[in-house]
Amino acid sequence: MSVDKDTVAHIAKLARLRMDPEKTEAMAGELSQILGWIEQLQEVDTEGVAPMTSVAQMKLPLREDEVTDGGYPEDVLRNAPESLQGFYVVPKVVE
Amino acid sequence: MSLIQGETGDWEVIIGLEIHAQIISRSKLFSGASTAFGSAPNSQVSLVDAAMPGMLPVLNRECVAQAVRTGLGLKAHINLVSVFERKNYFYPDLPQGYQISQYQTPVVGEGVITIDLPDGSSRDIGIERLHMEQDAGKSLHDQDPNKTFVDLNRSGVALMEIVSKPDMRSAEEAGAYIRKLRSILRYLGTCDGNMDEGSMRCDVNLSVRRPGEELGTRTETKNVNSVRFVQQAIDYEARRQVELLESGGRVILETRLFDARKGESRSMRSKEEAHDYRYFPDPDLLPLEIEQAWVDELGANLPELPDEKKARFIKDYGLTPYDASVLVAEQANAAFFETVLGDGGKRDPKLVSNWVTVNFFGALNASGLDLGDAPVSAEQLGGLIDLIADGTISGRIAKEVFEEMWATGKDAATIVEEKGLKQITDTGEIEAIVDKVIAENPDQAEQFRSGDNPKVIGWFVGQVMKASQGKANPGMVNQLLKDKLGG
Repeated sequence: MSVDKDTVAHIAKLARLRMDPEKTEAMAGELSQILGWIEQLQEVDTEGVAPMTSVAQMKLPLREDEVTDGGYPEDVLRNAPESLQGFYVVPKVVE
Repeated sequence: MSLIQGETGDWEVIIGLEIHAQIISRSKLFSGASTAFGSAPNSQVSLVDAAMPGMLPVLNRECVAQAVRTGLGLKAHINLVSVFERKNYFYPDLPQGYQISQYQTPVVGEGVITIDLPDGSSRDIGIERLHMEQDAGKSLHDQDPNKTFVDLNRSGVALMEIVSKPDMRSAEEAGAYIRKLRSILRYLGTCDGNMDEGSMRCDVNLSVRRPGEELGTRTETKNVNSVRFVQQAIDYEARRQVELLESGGRVILETRLFDARKGESRSMRSKEEAHDYRYFPDPDLLPLEIEQAWVDELGANLPELPDEKKARFIKDYGLTPYDASVLVAEQANAAFFETVLGDGGKRDPKLVSNWVTVNFFGALNASGLDLGDAPVSAEQLGGLIDLIADGTISGRIAKEVFEEMWATGKDAATIVEEKGLKQITDTGEIEAIVDKVIAENPDQAEQFRSGDNPKVIGWFVGQVMKASQGKANPGMVNQLLKDKLGG
């Protein structure tokens, strides 16, 4: 499978990445190579092999339903470029 | 089948609903921050919820249990293995840049909800799936002309997204579906169903077609947050699509935003590209594996649900399907009814059902009180019904006594005693009143006797009841009047 320049631009937009138009050509080539390698892996017969979900043989850990965290709004907001009265403040976004 | 009439013929409306229901839990789906409603901004946010680098989500066992309970309540298939995936999009109230959700393998598969329609009939609506996901934070756009304020308290709170099959055909059915789902969730204790506080939010998928033809292109209307608005949004969108198709246009697959003030919706063009969510399994979370034994244990501890309770009320108490569905809609109301009915259903179920649904709930609604704050208890209402059943007071006087009970909180027997409202059943006493009324109205008596106006007997009954201040036994009054007037 090969990726063209338009697809690269589209993916970059979805990921909110600013992409230099001159670099999309090169990026398209790199992504195509990666996808080609994945395609090659898919040639391996995996019939009857369970998908590996983790390198560690463990189950998903669960926690009890207890309130053990939160209550530090000043820490949460510490890195915010702008905040007011406990809120994050961002440029206006309206649908 | 309910159809809409267009200019060029009939159209069938096809409706599916996606409902986001907030799971009742103390802490969030993947963090230990509190879920309490209405706290100071960003005071219930952990570093996981704020998506600080390096933070790892750890799944809340109780949230899984709540989703499984709900699945069992919807008679649905429970998937013992399910997978959390990342749904990628950007918005200021979504700090991770993705929502952790379930996509290809949800925790709950296909199920069913039986809806109750106003004519007393029922219909099954299919459930497609139920999955768990994180809620986003809250954006406030009206605090400043150029800024948006963001509160992450809700960020990471557990939601169940419950997706119906496109089985509904009218706004009425959609309303019945939401009410029934809400009732089931409240019985199960898995969601409080409070639409005003946003605990239940609804998206409407709708398309139209000529009866019997292939499905048309659908639209999704978002942000419809009451039963009434859902019905408005359906009527608006069905009409819009029919007019569009009949004027030669075509419906495009799009997301529309409902405006409750105008009762209209508009296209959210900005969302067009956002449909490309690029889901993939969340590498921070292993697949969720649950044991059948645990599912069975949760199932064994479910309460009696509305449909079972309704069936029991019809079978054991002889109630009509309509009365039964009104009583079981809220668990507390059904419990109140059974308390009034007394141990072993000793009081007359039909009489109790009428007094509970018409008089008691009528007074409750009029006063705007909750069941728990009602001035008349179930035991007191039972006492009043006993006085009707044994003939101490008539049904008419009972209404007066009930008003007095509501105002003062006193027992029915006390009020009847204090006000001397006991029904007169002594023949001699009633006879004396009847004689007096006939003697005072010779003209009307003659009208009856001559056969000119047989209906005048009703007027006489009224006069006698009035003269007895409503206390005379109406059956005895009727009989005595007929005897005396020679009827």
